[in-house]
Amino acid sequence: MTPFTRHEGTAVGLPFENVDTDQIIPARFMATPRSEGYGRFLLHDLRHDEAGAARPDFPLNRADAAGASVLVARRNFGGGSSREAAVYALVDAGIRAVLAPSFGDIFCGNAVANGLLPARLDPDAIEALLAMAPCPVVVDLDATTVEAGGRRFGFEIDPVFRVKLSNGWDDIDLTASWGERIAAFTAERRARAPWLWRT
Amino acid sequence: MTTPRTLLDKVWAAHEIAVRDDGTSLLFIDRHFVHEGSHHAFRKLAERGMSLAEPGLTFGVADHYVPTRGRGAPIADASIARMVRTLDENAARHGFRLYGLDDSRQGIVHVVGPEQGLTLPGTTIVCGDSHTSTHGALGAIAFGIGATEVAHVLATQTIWQKKPARMRIVVDGRLGPGVGAKDVALAWIGELGADGARGHAIEYAGSVVRDLSVEGRLTLCNLSIEGGGRLGMVAPDGTTLAWLAGRPEAPTGSAFDRACEEWLALASDPDAAFDRDITLSADAIAPIVTWGTSPEDALPITARIPDPSLADDPARAERIRAALDYMGLAPGRPLEGTPVDRVFIGSCTNSRIEDLRAAAAVLAGRRAKVPGMVSPGSSLVKVQAEEEGLDRIFVEAGLDWVASGCSMCVGMNGDIVAPGERCASTTNRNFRGRQGPGARTHLMSPAMVAAAAVAGTLADVRPMLDGRPVP
Repeated sequence: MTPFTRHEGTAVGLPFENVDTDQIIPARFMATPRSEGYGRFLLHDLRHDEAGAARPDFPLNRADAAGASVLVARRNFGGGSSREAAVYALVDAGIRAVLAPSFGDIFCGNAVANGLLPARLDPDAIEALLAMAPCPVVVDLDATTVEAGGRRFGFEIDPVFRVKLSNGWDDIDLTASWGERIAAFTAERRARAPWLWRT
Repeated sequence: MTTPRTLLDKVWAAHEIAVRDDGTSLLFIDRHFVHEGSHHAFRKLAERGMSLAEPGLTFGVADHYVPTRGRGAPIADASIARMVRTLDENAARHGFRLYGLDDSRQGIVHVVGPEQGLTLPGTTIVCGDSHTSTHGALGAIAFGIGATEVAHVLATQTIWQKKPARMRIVVDGRLGPGVGAKDVALAWIGELGADGARGHAIEYAGSVVRDLSVEGRLTLCNLSIEGGGRLGMVAPDGTTLAWLAGRPEAPTGSAFDRACEEWLALASDPDAAFDRDITLSADAIAPIVTWGTSPEDALPITARIPDPSLADDPARAERIRAALDYMGLAPGRPLEGTPVDRVFIGSCTNSRIEDLRAAAAVLAGRRAKVPGMVSPGSSLVKVQAEEEGLDRIFVEAGLDWVASGCSMCVGMNGDIVAPGERCASTTNRNFRGRQGPGARTHLMSPAMVAAAAVAGTLADVRPMLDGRPVP
């Protein structure tokens, strides 16, 4: 996984609350193998009209948002379904960070597992960024700041997520070193609650 | 004296293998449910050449994509057929038990787990599905995870988790006729918001929760995620134990008696502290419907559709306006009487036998004015409903009685609501496009969906009860 330290890019505004994972990627696209790329599914039904044509006024479709790598959204981004495919769609579309006042818990875990930064900012800071976007931004994970338009905003992220992102760690590798503890615990659990295991 | 502990504290501590310096716990997982949508995680495992740590604690269920009609015939859609086949192959390769498409116990994973007695008090349960919170109704720590975490659990039978904050929702008083667990859930979500319980584990308590059946508790815990909660739990009690006794995978004989003692001791200690305490009076809860595109957009059926011009801030006004525009609703009009195009009874939220009985009680001897379908939560619920004659009530009312699966709740199997159509639905999400592109979903209880079917509009079920017992 690519470590996240500091990112410079273009921020695009998505001035909506409750952008749930069903909107980030509609369910009908999720049978697709990841190797085919999920970027084209990102926010598909918001970005396109019923006939499948791109809506020219949608923020991500505007020419000045081309190549955007940071999303700015209102509260409760990524709530709902646990589908990690929502993160695949963002990452495959080139998004490295999402800035919002709050996120769905499962989405946050999925994002960090894929090197995508979910940064929590004050609602006022989000409104200020939405007013500026699309605009160049610098997202600094060490300093936990976002700079845009000559202003600097602090953000919050769970310290565990911060360390994981900045190291690009993968949990399965980390857990391997706990193998003995897990084996001992499993034996203990088996003795205490034998009915959990099928005989 | 030891510090008083909550239900969450006790179950968490019993599964904590280690705590890292950063405060993250490594938890042992007792039950890992996978489904045909878990293919991303199995692929990750295959890429690393890894096998399952505990195939005996892993259980597969085919539910998300399965057809609800024409069972027995080959699946027509090639990509769905491939996913269901991949789950079969993974079960065979890794040696875990599968409740597959042709199994008589197949159904929605969150219905099958409790029904089979796989879901037990004091266990930890994960699944690559956000509604895993359902299983907490039996006193388990149960939560949804993403594909990377699914792969981690497959490989290690453990998960790294930061312990959520503790929140208690106490529901006291008495529920009125025609008001049930779904209304309680939508009431608190409407009050606190779709992210109201973010970062929290919810314990449901109070006289109303104690009086709820296990089915009702499953509905309540199921919807925890719709209020942003990480998980929902109810302390095991006599109702729980009576419900579990004799389930195929529950312990038997002296092992069951011993387990029961342990399970009853899991209840939160009287003086245990919660980080947040919310109290709801059941007397004030009316049957609830949603009007917008988030479960927080919930109001009593007697209310009027919100008017954005009366909203307290511009962002809120904008959100109401966008939601009403998508939903095709005019501000200020009564919710009751809004015409619906179809109804759906099903999903992990409301498809258990009691849900079907509640809907059937309203529909008996009546005709639905709109089309609709009823998909029972499991193939065994389907058999039981047929034994009770509920299927005939639905069919005579004009609704389709179909096989079990996630069906029209998520539309993955092709059961969708047409663009622009309005659906009264017992499901869990009224998100834009959830039931199909352009679909307009109103969430409500099974009894309220039955009322909407009879009236052809959003309707208050209470005047339709006429003394009919709605469980």
